[in-house]
Amino acid sequence: MNAVTAPAITTTYREALRMALREALQRDPRVFLMGEDVGRYGGTYAVSKGLLEEFGEERIRDTPLSESAFVGAGIGAALNGMLPVVEVMTCNFSLLALDQILNNAATLRHMSGGQFNIPLVIRMATGAGRQLAAQHSHSFEGWYAHIPGIRVVTPATLEDARGMLWTALMDPDPVIMFENALLYNLEGELAADAGAVDIDRAAVRRAGSDLTLVTYGGSLPKTLQAAERLAAQNISAEVIDLRTLRPLDMTTVLASLAKTHRMVIIDEGWKSGSLAAEIMARVMEQAFYELDAPIERVCSAEVPIPYARHLEQAAIPQVETILAAALRTVK
Amino acid sequence: MTPDPMLARNLLHQMVRIRRFEEKSAELYSAGKIRGFLHLYIGEEAVAVGVMQALQPQDAVFATYREHGHALARGLSAGAIMAEMYGKVEGCSHGRGGSMHLFDAAAKFYGGNAIVGGGLPLTVGYALAQKMQQRSGLAACFFGEGAIAEGEFHESMNLAALWNVPALFLCENNLYAMGTALERSEADTNLVEKAASYRMAGKSVDGMDVLAVLEAAQQAAQFVRAGNGPYFLEFRTYRFRAHSMFDPELYRSKAEVERWKQRCPIAGFSARAISEGWLTSETIAAIETEVAYEIAQAVEFAEAGTLEPVETLTRDVYTARAQTE
Ligand SMILES: Cc1ncc(C[n+]2csc(CCOP(=O)(O)OP(=O)(O)O)c2C)c(N)n1
Ligand SMILES: [Mg+2]
Repeated sequence: MNAVTAPAITTTYREALRMALREALQRDPRVFLMGEDVGRYGGTYAVSKGLLEEFGEERIRDTPLSESAFVGAGIGAALNGMLPVVEVMTCNFSLLALDQILNNAATLRHMSGGQFNIPLVIRMATGAGRQLAAQHSHSFEGWYAHIPGIRVVTPATLEDARGMLWTALMDPDPVIMFENALLYNLEGELAADAGAVDIDRAAVRRAGSDLTLVTYGGSLPKTLQAAERLAAQNISAEVIDLRTLRPLDMTTVLASLAKTHRMVIIDEGWKSGSLAAEIMARVMEQAFYELDAPIERVCSAEVPIPYARHLEQAAIPQVETILAAALRTVK
Repeated sequence: MTPDPMLARNLLHQMVRIRRFEEKSAELYSAGKIRGFLHLYIGEEAVAVGVMQALQPQDAVFATYREHGHALARGLSAGAIMAEMYGKVEGCSHGRGGSMHLFDAAAKFYGGNAIVGGGLPLTVGYALAQKMQQRSGLAACFFGEGAIAEGEFHESMNLAALWNVPALFLCENNLYAMGTALERSEADTNLVEKAASYRMAGKSVDGMDVLAVLEAAQQAAQFVRAGNGPYFLEFRTYRFRAHSMFDPELYRSKAEVERWKQRCPIAGFSARAISEGWLTSETIAAIETEVAYEIAQAVEFAEAGTLEPVETLTRDVYTARAQTE
């Protein structure tokens, strides 16, 4: 029997996100998108471009500059039968809404003894690399992954950009989706019938046997490049894309470690108290005797992201630094 | 208000400096010399220039990411600003901030804040400290009308009025916050009334007329200096360029932009200055020459600047401490 494979289309991460939004809006009248400049402006990163014309102002709702109010309003609407997708321009501005996210979205179900659900999706751009300096370049997905009560997803491929939104909307609890801004222009092939994907499991993006590179989001392309360079030196690296930062799929991570016994974690968050630190801690707790070498971490330097290009590049994970860490691990 | 020739020359000179500096910046952005976000102030020059003229050296200034004009008018050198946008050590923030984060302690220029509304609470606290320490300078805060939707605006207005602090709130109403027109983001677009609801004195001013700006700013500053508490000014203005270099400008018509360009603060003031006899066309030409020279020098300074070694990447995160033992 031959499996029928749908033809592939060439598309971008940005367009894949837009397809997902369009599908959700078509599929369920409870879905609506709101945020700053999602409509008339065409979306800060052009993700929602054209949706206003297609779905109208009720469902593609431009909000004033009021992160706390419109994120909170998303929570309220989710509480009352809607399926809102709230776009916060970048995670840097989400700090103005942090109170709503943490004190309301993450806690209402629990505080009420399980009486209420918040089926809300919050999307936000994250990451550095465009010389936008310290108030526009940070990566807070690791912080958000600290919070029980929310799920954190980080699409890093076209399939996930296309498929995570619907699954997240069907999740009865709040999901925050971090889109690394450097990925928006990522181009590639996507099955024409691509649809919802799971948001529970990490994915092995490249199989290998000598060491495990664990990453997510904007660092995935760099990590895959590093793996390629390692292959040229006859070192076989397995690359794991976490996909979901909370809850963490340690099963996939540990299965890989059981094979390779060495690990490097690549995470654009600051190193201290990072998601990378959490993964490291869990490996210590759950698989200490699998390790043949200390785990290495490639994270952002302990500095607000600087403007000057060479300093910014030095502050965040790079193919070279991933490579160097990998080589230390296998030497 | 009738300016003497010296004042008229200075006002025009400052506006032209800003205009030409930013035109050059846009060019250098296209050439890849300047990176990141670049928000141009072109069209709004009369606001920064008129207000700065009314401020004194002991006053503090807080601005937004659209602050090249404020920095220049406050007295930061064009070279230090340009070098900053080149990411050079000689820049006013030593290359760490870029276009959106210009700082200068000596000029009491407190940036360069790229979080909308972020400067408002700082201004309240700064002004409070002035009052508590019985110092004479006031704190002036520039912000866009978009910030008025933020909770921080309302919280700051209330605190400033409640504590009666010496603060000047300078709202640059250019009608848009990125692509969102004021009437699409405020149920009530009367901004002075919002300040009034916090019992703050305020006034709306034509931001395309540098003399009107200056006069209003002088009166407001005087009011604040006399200990009457904070003051709110709305300047009705317009940005002639896109929000940033990434903005396709789908939200407004070319005709609207053209209409506002007819009210260009520089062309308008130049014409008036000549017809009123405040300035001659020779003086205006001389200003252009001086400014062209200053900007060429600034670019040269930035080009010749140095890049910080990456070894010092993590400096200035904490204050350097004296070594123990
Ligand atoms: C808290 C926050 N939310 C969103 C942004 C993104 N943003 C930057 S400028 C801007 C528009 C601000 O408009 P306005 O206050 O009117 O100032 P203008 O740009 O017109 O000078 C937006 C939405 C931001 N920088 N900070
Ligand atoms: Mg504005």
